[in-house]
Amino acid sequence: MYRSQVLICGGTGCTSSGSEKIAKKLQEEIEANGLADEVMVVRTGCFGLCALGPIMIVYPEGTFYSMVKEEDIPEIVSEHLLKGRVVTRLVYDETVGENEIKSLKETNFYRKQHRIALRNCGVINPENIEEYIGRDGYQALGKVLKEMSPDDVIQTILDSGLRGRGGGGFPTGKKWQLARNLVKDADQKYVCCNADEGDPGAFMDRSVLEGDPHVVIEAMAIAGYAIGATQGYIYIRAEYPIAVQRLQIAINQAREYGMLGKDIFGSGFDFDLDIRLGAGAFVCGEETALMTSIEGNRGEPRPRPPFPAESGLFKKPTILNNVETYANIPQIILNGADWFASMGTEKSKGTKVFALGGKIHNTGLVEVPMGTTLREVIYEIGGGIPNGKAFKAAQTGGPSGGCIPAEHLDIPIDYDNLIAIGSMMGSGGLIVMDEDNCMVDIAKFFLQFTVDESCGKCTPCRIGTKRLYEMLEKITSGNATMEDLDKMEQLCYYIKNNSLCGLGQTAPNPVLSTLRYFKDEYIAHVKDKKCPAGVCQDLLTYKIIDLKCKGCTACARGCPVGAISGTVKQPHTIDTTKCIKCGACMAKCKFGAIIKE
Amino acid sequence: MGSKEKTTVPFNGTPEQEKALREMIGQHKGQQGALMPVLQQAQEIYGYLPIEVQTIIAEEMDIPLEKVYGVSTFYSQFSLYPKGKYRISVCLGTACYVKGSGDIFAKLSEKLGISDGKCTQDGVFSLDACRCIGACGLAPVMTVNDDVYGKLTVDQIDGILAKYAE
Repeated sequence: MYRSQVLICGGTGCTSSGSEKIAKKLQEEIEANGLADEVMVVRTGCFGLCALGPIMIVYPEGTFYSMVKEEDIPEIVSEHLLKGRVVTRLVYDETVGENEIKSLKETNFYRKQHRIALRNCGVINPENIEEYIGRDGYQALGKVLKEMSPDDVIQTILDSGLRGRGGGGFPTGKKWQLARNLVKDADQKYVCCNADEGDPGAFMDRSVLEGDPHVVIEAMAIAGYAIGATQGYIYIRAEYPIAVQRLQIAINQAREYGMLGKDIFGSGFDFDLDIRLGAGAFVCGEETALMTSIEGNRGEPRPRPPFPAESGLFKKPTILNNVETYANIPQIILNGADWFASMGTEKSKGTKVFALGGKIHNTGLVEVPMGTTLREVIYEIGGGIPNGKAFKAAQTGGPSGGCIPAEHLDIPIDYDNLIAIGSMMGSGGLIVMDEDNCMVDIAKFFLQFTVDESCGKCTPCRIGTKRLYEMLEKITSGNATMEDLDKMEQLCYYIKNNSLCGLGQTAPNPVLSTLRYFKDEYIAHVKDKKCPAGVCQDLLTYKIIDLKCKGCTACARGCPVGAISGTVKQPHTIDTTKCIKCGACMAKCKFGAIIKE
Repeated sequence: MGSKEKTTVPFNGTPEQEKALREMIGQHKGQQGALMPVLQQAQEIYGYLPIEVQTIIAEEMDIPLEKVYGVSTFYSQFSLYPKGKYRISVCLGTACYVKGSGDIFAKLSEKLGISDGKCTQDGVFSLDACRCIGACGLAPVMTVNDDVYGKLTVDQIDGILAKYAE
């Protein structure tokens, strides 16, 4: 029995900022101080507050150390772990009260969160199945196998109102029901998990797999029992090495403990799982493309019907759910459909995990009940926009979604509301943009992404997105006319209506939503040849403000093309015909005398 | 993502690598949909997937070479040309992009004189744009082999490159 546990985040975010070295150093210091029998170091998954990484929590007190450095460790060990004196200097400042250290749950970041999918992330050691079992793990699977028929399971999921967390929001129970009933005499069915988190800027699935891999394994086994499948595949991005490794460890442990394999819990039910690595293709997030890829082919989508519930992987009935969807299943089974359905809005039940990123204080992972407003997520949980800048837009749904302007900050977030305002839930990436971001440039950024990622199978997507990208380039280089804006909008609808799969059908969304809410920015680029945010290089001119220029010559010396002239101690000037707009002069100027407009 | 141009660097695989490749393929015999895992492991053995390696895979697995080539060129993780001793990857995911990773990439490309997916002539550096490594709290982020550099600014680039150039 240990008197104290130190939890260190071993998620990708904190590992990238050195948490592995810190954990090692901590172990060494603990041993050096003779505390090895009293204090245990646990590497967990993501705590969610990635902006403050590397993160470390000392229990039983629950002291939250943030941005810990290797050199801080001896002090934490000798002061806190040995003498019981908290090193206040290193504690997350939001938890420091006047005379006490507050609990994490009282901080703005955690107060409004409700963790179901993330309930074990940052709480257990993901590489130890016993810690998962200690938190009611595999109880839902036991309950399903002993007490429930497959139809009971499906009815429970249907009643809970759970919808797919991967983007589309299709009712999960419905999907399972179809796969169970559509083909009666199938010799094999498959359960697949989509962990090919391709939305750039979304990392919730990765965090679940890194922090709580067993929950996905348990849920897939439950799904297998419900639809009558004995084999599952987890299709995961190869770019997530930590998640892949922990998942493999978890699968091996589950087999060892008899949670996977033959005759699970003596029920006669067999189920096993294999991992398949993706190889970097966004289109493989589309269900038919993902299955084609597991089969060992180019990951191109195919027309539906037949739907995968009828003919999916290897032409057998198949269900595919996303990681976060699975992470909700065991809790729904244990706590009941009514419990889950009591959270959220009328048509979107439960909670949703968002990966908060971009121009926001508390970059990280948050889980909130459906129906929470964007304002609460961005300003209360996220801590608002840094550097006193003004909010411009929040982007949800990744390359398939749209930008939400300030006027819609108070809309309760759910599937249907987001679609009504021209965006979508997507997998849960939520990128905040401030006044320095150009919305035309953002639209161009996403189009560049879809052009790269279009698989090329259907013409509207392959050629349409390329043409759309070129139109955006024309706008950002100052060569477009107002007529081009109309043409661009028409092309958007053409691509949406004619593309084969979800990638093409949603690819124009970033353009359409920015056109809808930020048309003035487009017009400024087209009519005035100006980029109001000062991003689009071709439309910028650099200028020196005479009054502020001290004539120090730093800019002239820094200019790679010799475009700046002037004598010492006299205001300098920029020759705009020579200027290549690299910004070197602005970076060199210590007096803020150089502006771009 | 990575360009699929053919490399001009001659293939110099060793007999040990070829033995490892054939053994690995043997382990996947009879497995459904084995081509992707085989290509992934082949890339681990050789570092890239030159046509010579693809040919061996096609023969051993009894799959037409054009299918092997088709799959190798479809996915951005597969590379038909070698990578540098130091593989630089700049995240161009949304969270990094809105915080200026585009400028970081442009600066690296200018400094090294290579575009996305290429390798410097001396084989020291290769440059890739990648989509979200998930360290969004550190945006903008780049990696050099296994080292992660976060909260980057353009003027740090020279110093970082110098660390590896020696």
